[in-house]
Amino acid sequence: MQRISAHWGIKRSLAVKAEDETNPRFGHKPEERSLQEYMKFGIINLDKPAGPSSHEVTAWVKRILSLKRAGHGGTLEA
Amino acid sequence: MRRESRGNPKVTGVLPTALEEATKIIQALLLAGKEYICVMKLHSQVPKDRIKAVLGEFHGTIYQRPPVRASVKRRLRTRKIYYVDFLEMDGRNVLFKVGCEAGTYIRKLCYDIGEILGCGAHMQELRRTRVGPFVEDEGLVTLHDVSYMFARWKETNDESLLRRFICPMEKALELVPKIYIRDSAVDALCHGAHLAAPGVLSLDTEIKPNDTVAIFTQKGEAVALSKALVSTEKILKLDHGLVAKTQRVLMPRGVYPRMWRGGL
Repeated sequence: MQRISAHWGIKRSLAVKAEDETNPRFGHKPEERSLQEYMKFGIINLDKPAGPSSHEVTAWVKRILSLKRAGHGGTLEA
Repeated sequence: MRRESRGNPKVTGVLPTALEEATKIIQALLLAGKEYICVMKLHSQVPKDRIKAVLGEFHGTIYQRPPVRASVKRRLRTRKIYYVDFLEMDGRNVLFKVGCEAGTYIRKLCYDIGEILGCGAHMQELRRTRVGPFVEDEGLVTLHDVSYMFARWKETNDESLLRRFICPMEKALELVPKIYIRDSAVDALCHGAHLAAPGVLSLDTEIKPNDTVAIFTQKGEAVALSKALVSTEKILKLDHGLVAKTQRVLMPRGVYPRMWRGGL
């Protein structure tokens, strides 16, 4: 019987094609975003409780944090 | 007035929740592998060794027909099971851990295990312990934590409270192979252009054509999700031509300066 390794077990390394510098005037490292931007591009590793559906839980998060949009990346199956 | 929910409300555990602009990244997580801990209820007593042996048969590629109540068309499909590990059993309850490809129905897996055992079985309880890079024992927060920290932040204005439980959307792309590009190529991609070879600075090894790749800036910001057109080796050698087709733009336009010629 064949064993397939999980994709989270795959190790990759970086190959360099060219060198260039990045201009500090544009963009930010993800951790250095302003709080507003940080939340706008944020994702929460949420522990879903039993009972409500994923959809309902996401709607709660949206309401608690008073956001315009929120979505979940759990699964549609199970 | 509750609509029939697609996901199973009984399932608990890891549910990465994307805020605002980060919702664009969800596709990458839906396609990521999952890990579950499952309580399976057998319909009669079966010796432990036999259960272990049968679980072992589910390693590798399996055929699965989605269950009656499913969110996809019910046709036979194949799914990869990375591992199924027996943990413990108590009477007719069997606890096991399974790592699987996206789209594997654990409810159906339990049913099928029951069929092979001959006694029948069903899924009793399910906890998701991993969605791609998001795992149970790293920074998992409850709804209570979220509402408490948010309220505390409103009182104290201490940003670190929010930064502690919200992570940047780039975290979701940790396991996706990446291509890092020049500043000058960023805004073109934000406008939907495809990535050409001269824009590439560095990239992960073992990218194959048709793989989903994430395009990053040198500062580590996600620009887009793309489909690779050629392999890592080819991209390293190319000096012109397209290397990745943009599928989902993640960064808003205008963050980096517009540097391409022509147009307006």
